[in-house]
Formats: sequence, structure tokens, C-alpha cells
Amino acid sequence: MALTYNQEIMSELKRGEEKWSEKLEQVFSERPERLKRFSTVSDREIRRIYTPLDVKSQDFSRDIGFPGSYPFTRGVQPSMYRGRLWTMRMFAGLGTAKDTNRRFHHLVKAGQTGLSTAFDMPTLMGYDTDSPKARGECGKCGVAIDTLVDMEDLFEGLPIERITTSMTINPPAPVIWGMYIAMAENRGISRKDIGGTIQNDMLKEFIAQKTFMCPPKPSLRLITDTVEFGTKEVPKWNTISISGYHIREAGSTAVQELAFTLADGIAYTEAAIERGLDVDSFAPRFSFFFNSHLDFFEEIAKFRAARRMWAKIMKERFKAKDPRSWWLRFHTQTAGCSLTAQQPYNNIVRTTLEALAAVMGGTQSLHTNSLDEVLAIPTEEAATIALRTQQIIAEESGVANTIDPLGGSYLVEALTDQLEEEAFEIIRKIDDMGGMLAAIERNYPQQEIADAAYHYQKQIDEKERTVVGVNKYTSEERLPVEILEIDEELERLQIEKTQRIKNDRDNKRVRECLERLGEACSGGENVMEFIIDAVKAHATLQEVCDVFRAVFGEYRDPGTY
Amino acid sequence: MQRERRLRVMVAKPGLDGHDRGARIIARAFRDGGFEVIYTGLHQTPEEIVEAAIQEDVDMIGLSSLAGAHMYLFPRVVDLLKEKGADDIVVCGGGIIPEEDIPRLKEAGIKEIFTPGSPLTEIVQWVRENVKARSE
Repeated sequence: MALTYNQEIMSELKRGEEKWSEKLEQVFSERPERLKRFSTVSDREIRRIYTPLDVKSQDFSRDIGFPGSYPFTRGVQPSMYRGRLWTMRMFAGLGTAKDTNRRFHHLVKAGQTGLSTAFDMPTLMGYDTDSPKARGECGKCGVAIDTLVDMEDLFEGLPIERITTSMTINPPAPVIWGMYIAMAENRGISRKDIGGTIQNDMLKEFIAQKTFMCPPKPSLRLITDTVEFGTKEVPKWNTISISGYHIREAGSTAVQELAFTLADGIAYTEAAIERGLDVDSFAPRFSFFFNSHLDFFEEIAKFRAARRMWAKIMKERFKAKDPRSWWLRFHTQTAGCSLTAQQPYNNIVRTTLEALAAVMGGTQSLHTNSLDEVLAIPTEEAATIALRTQQIIAEESGVANTIDPLGGSYLVEALTDQLEEEAFEIIRKIDDMGGMLAAIERNYPQQEIADAAYHYQKQIDEKERTVVGVNKYTSEERLPVEILEIDEELERLQIEKTQRIKNDRDNKRVRECLERLGEACSGGENVMEFIIDAVKAHATLQEVCDVFRAVFGEYRDPGTY
Repeated sequence: MQRERRLRVMVAKPGLDGHDRGARIIARAFRDGGFEVIYTGLHQTPEEIVEAAIQEDVDMIGLSSLAGAHMYLFPRVVDLLKEKGADDIVVCGGGIIPEEDIPRLKEAGIKEIFTPGSPLTEIVQWVRENVKARSE
């Protein structure tokens, strides 16, 4: 295939660039450059200028092309935002199911187009509120869900047959999903008609987010059960959202985020194929979740590289034939770790830039962080400003008017190529170790991320990297920011509610359901129907998870740093 | 003359919160700062932390929490240390801690709270100045 740029013109350009460089050296010899070294947030060195010389081995049709065409660098849909804007999906969860339900209704009324649920720590770890391990945590950084009744209260009055729901849940994902399906069925809605996403990405939990229950291998088995069940029974559901977000929050670079996320995706694909599923039957329902950090161009390049890489992985490595299997569809959240407790209103600006990068990178769905997110769960007012930020970008700024607006930018194309190349290099390393499961057992991604996080923090400490309000332009002045307080009384009320449900249910039936689930776990039968039966009988989240823990064992943090 | 031993510090993550970026960075900074470091790993109950701290004979416990349960978990560690007669172990904390919680935590016996953006060098320096090696 002919390269896009003509070789003769390129030699001329080369001479031009040399000439310009000489002039520049002279300027800088009199007055030096502003910084010794210019680099991205990931500490990737950035050159003074980018020209066609930096993208000379790119070929337009092969590497960039048109949106909706392989390798999808410019977007998975031919129309992108010219047809429909991204889904504005604000992450919400606080207090009890009823409190969160009120927040959901508020956000839907404010124009949000999808729901996203944050669960509290005990729920995320598979414990009920009345567990001694859950003391002090109820409703603190998300909503507490112990039983099907909580799930029903959470979605009371919301049109779940029309609106899709994302649930950020990992170790107990099969249980929470089971509760959602049970709730829909109790309302008379078929499981075939509900749409949404469960995060259900355990590999990144071992690497980054660190909510875990069972060891990696059985965790992967439970995920494969959900993928298989979804493929056959809940066709509109995204059974997994392969998440780089937390990898980045844990301190990775952009390349590491790309590489580890896609390597996790490879591991899930391999596991499902091993189960006997055809790649094209499940791959179209895999979705992704990325972080949008502060480095504008690096992030846009990352999203573009991610799409191109996944398309290649699916088509070349797994021989997928359905173009929908090649699509990397993703949700984005702006970088929580980039927000500062100092001068919190600056966070609105940071979030705006990050959201802008996500949109210019072609995200399908977006959560914008609230200015107070670094301090506590957002207040309603702060969450509304964050949503308005998206609406202003969408409908006032004009950036959504053209597809992949930075495609063809020498800088962005060069960065896209670099990120892809380096991320594939890391994936090769992981393949050589025997895949992501083996790499995690060797502590490889964990250690790489810890190194990058430490490096970044030291750069900030040594003022090599500016964080406004933290290591430069600091002020003693404290602007008042309203903080949402979660009432301590809530824990007592939730414990009472859960215990009331435990007293009122048919305990014999619950026991039988849990026993059958245990047999399915040890036997290798798909667990999903057994979970749905159990939660319909009002087995609690923890009771179901205790079955997993009993059969599969518990995972303990190795505690390396 | 007795040779001064190196400070032994424990970095601990109480509760169910898994955000360990800060804790792991601090553990490294303490190590680079010349202290002996014990990191508990995640998901520890206050009871487990106190028991480990006494067994390891540490001079300080640094607690990290980012999930909002600090008002229960941090004071609980101080109380348990008192119960075990080990309240000469200095306890400090860090993480996502709203400003108005800080005075209440200090009243409960937490010596110092480091919030996001605190430079590592400052934290290390604070420990050097405020934590004495317990008598052997």
C-alpha cells in the first residue's frame, strides 16, 4: 500500500526542519527554553514540533481511515456524535437504596441519559451491612445493597426497560446482576429486554482497585459464567466492562493503562473461548472503561490507539469475523486522581479538560467528576455542575460537530502510533509470561504501576511537574465547599432492614438454594440461575458470597509496595 | 551509650477500602527515608492492626483510608492500643479526610492527619521530629 506522504516532499521537509532547528537553537542560546524537559503526565518526552516527518510511515487507509471502518481509529460508528451524542452517565450512590433512588431521579430529571451505580465498600466486597467487617462503612462511598428488596428500592419508579444501567461491581458481580435480573422479572420485564453493564472485571482488581473475594482463577471462572449466561439469556447486557480506569487511578502511565486493560480483555476472551463459546457470540458485548487524565493530547491518542489495538487483537489474534466484535466501545471517567483538595473549584476546570479529551477521543459514554469528589461523595449541586460540563461541551463548544477532529494532527497521530507500539510491547511481555493470570501471580503489573505512581509523586514533590494549588500558586485561603455527610444512623437502619428480611423469609428455601449454588460452584455448572433463585428467595448478598468463599477460598492481599 | 535504633513504622489500611496508591507510596517514602517499614496490606480490622503493631514493636502506625470510614476506624485503633497498654505508639492518618473531621480525630488521639497533596518529604520529616523510638 502506498504511504500517504510523498517521499520527495518528505526530503524537502527534512531540510526545512533542519533549517528551522538551527534558527531555534540560536534563539534558545540567547534565551533558554521554559523547561529543561517537556513531557506528558505519563512522563513521555514531547518534541518541540511535529510534522509529517513524524507520521511518515502511517498510511491513511491502513492506520487511520474512516469512522466505522476497520481499524476504527476514528470511531466505531460511521456517524459518531453527528448522529447521537455520547451517553451522559453520572456515577451515583450514597446512603441507602432509597437515598440513591432520589439522586437517580434528580439526575434523570436534569437530563442524564443513563444510570450508573456506585456501591459501598461492604457491598463491593460481598459483605452485608450487619457483618462485623462492615462496621463504619455503610453507605459511605456508595449505596448499600444487601438483599433483593434493596435492589427494588434502588430502581423504584425508574423505567429500566428503557434506560440502561451500569453497575460498578466486581467480586459479587454475578450476585448483583442476579438481583437486577430478579428485580426486572418481578416487575414483569423479561431478562431479554433489559440493557446495561456490570463491571465484572476481576483481573484489574488484583492489579489496581483491590476489591477481591476469591483467588484469580475461580474469579475468572465466575466471570466466564456471566459471559456465557449473558450470551444465551440476557442478550442486551454488557457482561463485562474491561477497566483501565482503576489501573490509571492506581498510578499507571497511559501506556500501562492501555496494555494492562487490553491484556485483561485478551484473558477474558481466551477463557470464554475455552468454555466453548464462539468469539463472535460474546465479543460484541464486551465493553471497556478508560480514564481521562489531564494530558490532553496523550489521552486523545490513547483512546484512538485503544480502538485500533482492540480491532487488531480481535481480528488478527482471535479471528473474529463479526465487525461488532472488533469494536472497542468504551465509557470514560475523568481522572479522580487528578483532583486536588486544595482550591477545589479548580477541579471544575480540570474535569472540563479531561471530558473534552474523552469526547475528542470518541467515548461512547462519560462520567464527569464533581469538584468535591476528592473530599467526599458529591453533593447534588456539585454533581449537577459536572453534568452541565458535559452538556456545555456537547451543545455549546462545537467539538462534537465533526468526527475525530484531531485525526491527522501530526502530534496526535504520532502519539497514537507510539502508544500503540509500546502497549503491544508490554502485551508481548505478558504473553511470554503465560498471560495475564500468570503475570498477576508474578506481581508484574502491580509492581510496574507502583513504580510509576512513586515516580509521578516524586516529580510533584520535586516540583518537576506543576499541580496548581498544590506545589505552585498555593494559597492559605480556604474556599468553603459544602460536604455531603452520611448520617451514622443509616447503618443502624440498614442493619434493621436486612435483619427484618432475614426473619421474614422462608429460611428453609434459602438454605436449599444456597446448597444447590454450592454444588454448582464445585461441579462447574453455570452459577447464574442458582444465584437468581437464591436472591429471589431473599438470600443476602453475603450469604451468596459466603458460598463462593467456602468453595473457592479467599484471596488475601500480598501487601507488597 | 545505647545506639539509637532505626524507627519502625507501620503503614496500615484499615477497613474494606482498597485504594492503596497512597499507602504504598508512603511506605516507599518511609523506606527511602531510612525507617524500617511494615506494610499490613489491605482489608485489616483495627484489631488485626493493633496486634501486628505490638508484635512488630513499631514506634508509629500510619493509617490510610479513602472510603469515608475513618471516623470509626481511626479512633478504634487508638482505643485498642490504650486497652493493650501500647498507647506510646504514635498513630497518624492520611487519605480522603474532610477538614472538619480533623479536629475530632485529633481529640480522639490521632497525632497528625495528612491530606492529599502533602509532600512526601514533609511527612517523612514530621515523623523524624515527632516519633521517638520506643525503649527496648
